Amino acid sequence: MKRDECLKVLARHVTDIDIVLPVYSAAFDWIDIRPHPLNYLSHGAMGLASSHALGLALGRPDRRIIVLDGDGSLLMNLGSLVTIAAAAPPNLFHFVCHNGTYEANGGHPIPGRGRVDFCGFARSAGYPTVREFSDLNIFEQQIGALLAGPGPVFADLKITSSGPQERDYSRLHGPHVRQAFRAALAAASL
Amino acid sequence: MQQGVSADIREPEGFLRGSSMISEIKASRIEFVISVPDITTSEGLLRPLSQGSTPRLIRVCKEDEGVGICAGLSYTGRRSLLLIQQTGLLDSVNAVRGVAVEYALPICMMVGLLEKEPGIPPKQSKRYGVRIVEPILDAMGIAYHEIEGDADVAKIGPAIDDAYAHSRPVVLLIGRRPS
Repeated sequence: MKRDECLKVLARHVTDIDIVLPVYSAAFDWIDIRPHPLNYLSHGAMGLASSHALGLALGRPDRRIIVLDGDGSLLMNLGSLVTIAAAAPPNLFHFVCHNGTYEANGGHPIPGRGRVDFCGFARSAGYPTVREFSDLNIFEQQIGALLAGPGPVFADLKITSSGPQERDYSRLHGPHVRQAFRAALAAASL
Repeated sequence: MQQGVSADIREPEGFLRGSSMISEIKASRIEFVISVPDITTSEGLLRPLSQGSTPRLIRVCKEDEGVGICAGLSYTGRRSLLLIQQTGLLDSVNAVRGVAVEYALPICMMVGLLEKEPGIPPKQSKRYGVRIVEPILDAMGIAYHEIEGDADVAKIGPAIDDAYAHSRPVVLLIGRRPS
C-alpha cells in the first residue's frame, strides 16, 4: 500500500472530533490529506507520539485518539506498547506505518528490517486487538469496523513511501500548531 | 531558579513525611501520577500512592514515556506528576528539552536523588550523579525546588500551580526518603 493512499482511506473514517497524532513522513502526508486543528503534531522526537497519545486518551476518554506511528519511531519507544496495554484506554487506536526505513532521516533501514514483528510485539504487550494490513482493498473493507470497536487497537500498516515530500517542520513544531490544537480542543469541550 | 536554599551545609531536618507529600499532591489537583519506581520515594510515596485510587497511578517502562503522557494530559486540562529517579531524568533530557522546555508545557517532575547525603546540598554531594543535576537544570532553564524536610513540603503546591499557570516545567528534587 502506498502510504498516502492508505491514509486517504483512513481519513474517510476519521470524524471532526477525533484527535490524530501522525509522525514524521506520515505527518506530512496526513496534514495535506486531513488539514485540521485536532491534528496533534508536536510530539518532539525519539518515538514519543504513542505516549502523548496515551496522555490524550486518559485525559479525554470521550474522544478517539488515533496515532499514526512510524516503525523507526516505535522501535525507539517499544515500552509504550506495554504501558498502553496496561492502561488499556478503550479510545486509543495505534497504527504503525511500516516501511522498514527511517524515511525522514535518509531512508536508512531500521534494525531487523524484514524480521521485526510489530504485531507480535503488540500481542505480547497485551493489546487486545491486533491487525496487519498489506492490501489496500482489505484495509478499506475493515478499517471502519476496527475504528468502531473498543481499543486499545494496534494495526501494522505495511506501506511503501508516498514519494518525495516538502518537509517544512514548522508545520509540525511551530507554536501556532500547538495553539491551534489547544484552542480547538478547548472549544470542543464547551 | 533554585528556591529556599541559602546555607552551604544545612542541618538535617530529620524527617520527611510521605503522607504530607501525598496530601500536598492531592491538594494540587494532581489527577495522574506517572512513575518508574525510584528507590528514594519507593516506600514513603509510591507504595501508598499505588494503594489508593486517586491520583491514578500509571506505571511506565521508561521515564521519557512519562514526559509524553504528561504532555498529552496537559492539553486536556488534567494535571499530572512524573515521579522518577534522577537517573531517569538524565535519561530523559532530550524529551524534557523538546517537549517540556521548547514546547513550553507544564511537565511537573518529582525526582528522587539516589544516594544523596541528607543535609548536604545536591551541588555539594560527593556523588557525581547527584552533583550534576541542578547545574543541568540551570543550563536548561528549568525551575527546581529542594524537598528534604517536612517544612519543604509546602513548596510542592505553589510549584505545581506556577508550572500550570505559566505553562512551563518544574522539578521537585527529593533529598531524603519520605517516611
